This record gives sequence, structure tokens and C-alpha cells, in this order.
Amino acid sequence: MSLECGISIQKIEDYLIASIQTTLHDEAAEQFQNDLLVHLKKTHAKGVVIDVSVVDVVDSFLGRILIEVAAMVKLAGASVVVVGIQPAVAITIVEFGMQLKGVELAMNLETGLELLKKQLKSEDM
Amino acid sequence: MPMPHNISELFTITDSQDIIYVRRRGMDIALKMGFNLTKQTFIAAAISELARNILQYAKKGTIRIRSIEKEEEEGKNGIEIVANDEGRGIQYIEEALQDGFTTSGSLGSGLPGTKRLMDEFKIESVYGKGTKVTVRKWV
Repeated sequence: MSLECGISIQKIEDYLIASIQTTLHDEAAEQFQNDLLVHLKKTHAKGVVIDVSVVDVVDSFLGRILIEVAAMVKLAGASVVVVGIQPAVAITIVEFGMQLKGVELAMNLETGLELLKKQLKSEDM
Repeated sequence: MPMPHNISELFTITDSQDIIYVRRRGMDIALKMGFNLTKQTFIAAAISELARNILQYAKKGTIRIRSIEKEEEEGKNGIEIVANDEGRGIQYIEEALQDGFTTSGSLGSGLPGTKRLMDEFKIESVYGKGTKVTVRKWV
């Protein structure tokens, strides 16, 4: 998928890595939710990492997208984690009073993938 | 003493691409005025919320971003953002400023969140006529 619309989705092992750019606008966000679910179904990925490390502006819209995507991926039977929130963005989220209910967070791609793998392992037991 | 700024830019908001453009310009202006990264991010978020409100409730409107100086404190610079629309206006302003109140199915945190991010917040709305929101932040 092109970066112009603000998203890219790649597969690594059993996981999808979806990167969100700051230029993500409303129509593209809806497209993103749809594409991600199609990718999930097609690839049988076990989990999704949503990478927001290049996002330097946040608003309640992006917050809502993250909450919705997390809920959708879970309904589709996969795990999801959001990684790479920049410090200034994190402070803004807290000051704004946004609550990312139901959204798992990790520092970066590596720790995010570890978290997903750990979750899958505990489900297998 | 910091150089006085003389910035005043008007943006028309008619689609979601405009939101991305105006908040990016706001962040650039804030940087130029000497706001730190956290405050730049606050300002961009506030602009984004105000622009989104225009689109959602009035379909179109304007946002003006300008540099200001505090009257009672010489050399104290700030940024002012004025969001203006001629939409239906807000019937229940008190409620609109409460967390979780929404008439659109959103999270209902836009206006109260914006208020928390900025130093000054003023809302004027005439039901049926339109809404004007003015926010300020000092460097």
C-alpha cells in the first residue's frame, strides 16, 4: 500500500506490521481498517503490530482509530499491539485525557513482537 | 529579548486533507515562535480537534493562526488559533465541554481535551448561527 495515503502493511513471520504516518486522513483510515482485516484473513497472521513511531501529531480521531483497530483485530481472533509512541505524543495523549482502552502498548517493534509471541505462548498452554 | 513575530495566516477547512495541512502549518509556526516540541504537539493536536469539529458539525469554516503578545507582560509571546464556522452552533455549550459528551458518536473528548492542552480557551456559539472557538498558548 502506498505511503501517500498514510499506511503500509508488511508481513514478518506470523505477524503483520502496519505503519501509520501522520498524513493519515479520515478516508484513508477507514480504508486502513478494512485492508488490515483483509490482510489478516488472507495471510492467517497471528498478530498485528501497529507502528506509530513516525506519527508526531495526535488527536482524538487517531485515538479512536487505534481503539477500533485493536477491537477489530481481536474480534478477528488475532493479537494486537501499538508500538513506538513518541514522548511528545504520549504526553499529549495523557494531557488531552484520551484513554486508549483495550490497546496494548510497547516501546518499539522488537518489544512489541516479543509481547505478541508471549501472548500466543500463554494461549497455547 | 525574543524578536516579536508578526504572523497571521487564514486557512479554509473543507475536507480532511485540510486538517492535516493546517495542523502541520500550526506546528511549523509554533516551532518558529520558540515553542518546545511538547507544546508544538499540544498546539497541533488542538488545531486538529478544532478543524475536525468544523468539518464534522459545520462542513466548512476557517482557522486563523496568529502570533500574539501578552498585554500585561511585554515580550511574552504566544500563539492564537481562532476556529470559525457558520454551522448550526452548539445548543448545550456546558455539556459540550464535559468529557464523554457527544452528539456525533465520537469519543466526546475533543473540546475538553483541547481546553486542557491550551492556556486559554473561549467558545462563543449562537444556536443556528455558528461557532467561534479561540484558544491561546504562551511560549
